[in-house]
Amino acid sequence: MSLKPPGTPGHPLGTDQLGRDLLARVLYGARLALFIGVCTVLVTAVVGGLLGLVAGFVERWPSAVLMRIADVQLSFPFILLALTINAIVGLGLRNIIFSLSAAGWVVYARVVRGEVLSVKQRDFVHAATALGVGRPRLLFRHVLPNVAPSLIVVASLQFSQFIVAEAAISFLGFGVQPPTPAWGSMLSESRDFLYVAWWLAAFPGAALALTALGVNLLGDWLRDTLDPKLRV
Amino acid sequence: MRRYVASRLAQSALVVLLSLTAVFGMVRLGGDPVLLFLPMDIQAKDVNEIRQRLGFNDPLPVQYARYMKGALHGDFGESLRYRRDALGLVLERLPATLLLAGTSIALTLVVAVPLGLLTAVRRDSFVDHAGTIVMVLGQATPGFWLGLMLIYLFAVQLRWLPTGGTGSLAHLVMPSVVLAAFFSARVARLTRSAVIDVLGEEYITTARAKGLAESRVIGKHTLRNSAIPIVTLAGLEAGQLLGGAVITETIFAWPGLGRLTVQALLNRDFPVVMAAVSFTSIVYTLMNLAVDLAYGWLDPRVRVQS
Repeated sequence: MSLKPPGTPGHPLGTDQLGRDLLARVLYGARLALFIGVCTVLVTAVVGGLLGLVAGFVERWPSAVLMRIADVQLSFPFILLALTINAIVGLGLRNIIFSLSAAGWVVYARVVRGEVLSVKQRDFVHAATALGVGRPRLLFRHVLPNVAPSLIVVASLQFSQFIVAEAAISFLGFGVQPPTPAWGSMLSESRDFLYVAWWLAAFPGAALALTALGVNLLGDWLRDTLDPKLRV
Repeated sequence: MRRYVASRLAQSALVVLLSLTAVFGMVRLGGDPVLLFLPMDIQAKDVNEIRQRLGFNDPLPVQYARYMKGALHGDFGESLRYRRDALGLVLERLPATLLLAGTSIALTLVVAVPLGLLTAVRRDSFVDHAGTIVMVLGQATPGFWLGLMLIYLFAVQLRWLPTGGTGSLAHLVMPSVVLAAFFSARVARLTRSAVIDVLGEEYITTARAKGLAESRVIGKHTLRNSAIPIVTLAGLEAGQLLGGAVITETIFAWPGLGRLTVQALLNRDFPVVMAAVSFTSIVYTLMNLAVDLAYGWLDPRVRVQS
């Protein structure tokens, strides 16, 4: 039997059904989860942020189109949308990042658009316009820095949602496939051994929960520090 | 109020139409839809025959029109696996999901609102700190991990509850607790901050100054006024329960809509996927509409603004 319980010499968290060291796999899983989380947050923040910026600044039809897209996206529960897109575009690392991004960017666009609409009314923007500042410069030098705190706060709050969603999608058999050590697929495999090896389910999940907890606390702190307005 | 209702109804109808379009677009996202509809090991000559039979050789606008016409009549085609009406399969699974979601919502209201109220009233006390830690942990714990751990503890070790399936009240316990956990954490935090906001209002100071009993100040003045944000946000979050059900139902082999969706995705049974995803989206939109109307009813200021 290759399953060894936690505390076995040389394997602090034990080994899995193939005799692989669980601690090593959990650590590699952390690298994967953080990589997916960071990539998705970057993609969604840039895409959603830019679209929100343009929609809020130009108003008229870009704004109307964006809001309708937002309404439609928000009519699907996030995890169901990400899961369905992932099942259609296929497995693998790049596709999971794409699926999460496609399902998640709209939150940024909405927040940024709302912020831009209010920042636009402020005196310093009118002053800059009166001084003849061009539109791109106005947008990126005067409006964007004032919107950035909200964007950062939303990004940090979304980060843990993306990590947990990736794990859930991999758990259901899509997303990242074994033998790649993703926490979600490790948890999925652990179901077959729940009667004999509790540690296979306990540790990858604990790592996931602790990561989500840490990121959430960071997000809460950022929100309180950067943008008290967004306090839920 | 009538104008407000009419404008919200029109908006929701538009969202439903656009969401159906989005589902159509999503299935086309992967390129050739026929390859999605079929098992991996199919012969090339069969592919073209099936493409013809399912109408994928027609121009895209024709296919779109046919799809929308069918979808609006509740016809998403026949399940490729079960050879039965796709929407019928979805509706068959609906009661199980509604039972699970209803139990979770009830559980949440019983646990989360009192917890949020208590921590807000006893702000910065031991109860508040302990309660906040529970809420933060609850929000960070992924449901499917909590589910596995509960199965290990209560089904494998203690043998108190069944590992999954349906049939008795005991089967309902773990899935609804798992589904309610995350939701409760969110609602408790929302309740806490809503109540804290209201407690800072001048009318609360007035109520206290005129000598009202604290139970009346909290029970009547505070709770009623904090109900508006709680109802709104809890309503919006309740829609996410449908998403959470996808995972929870799979872990506990609960025969609901979520498990049907996952199985259809795994079996590449796309008529069922389209029916299930569209149905979920419509239910979700209607819930948002209900929340908005409730909001307009609770707070007359909203009607005037929109």
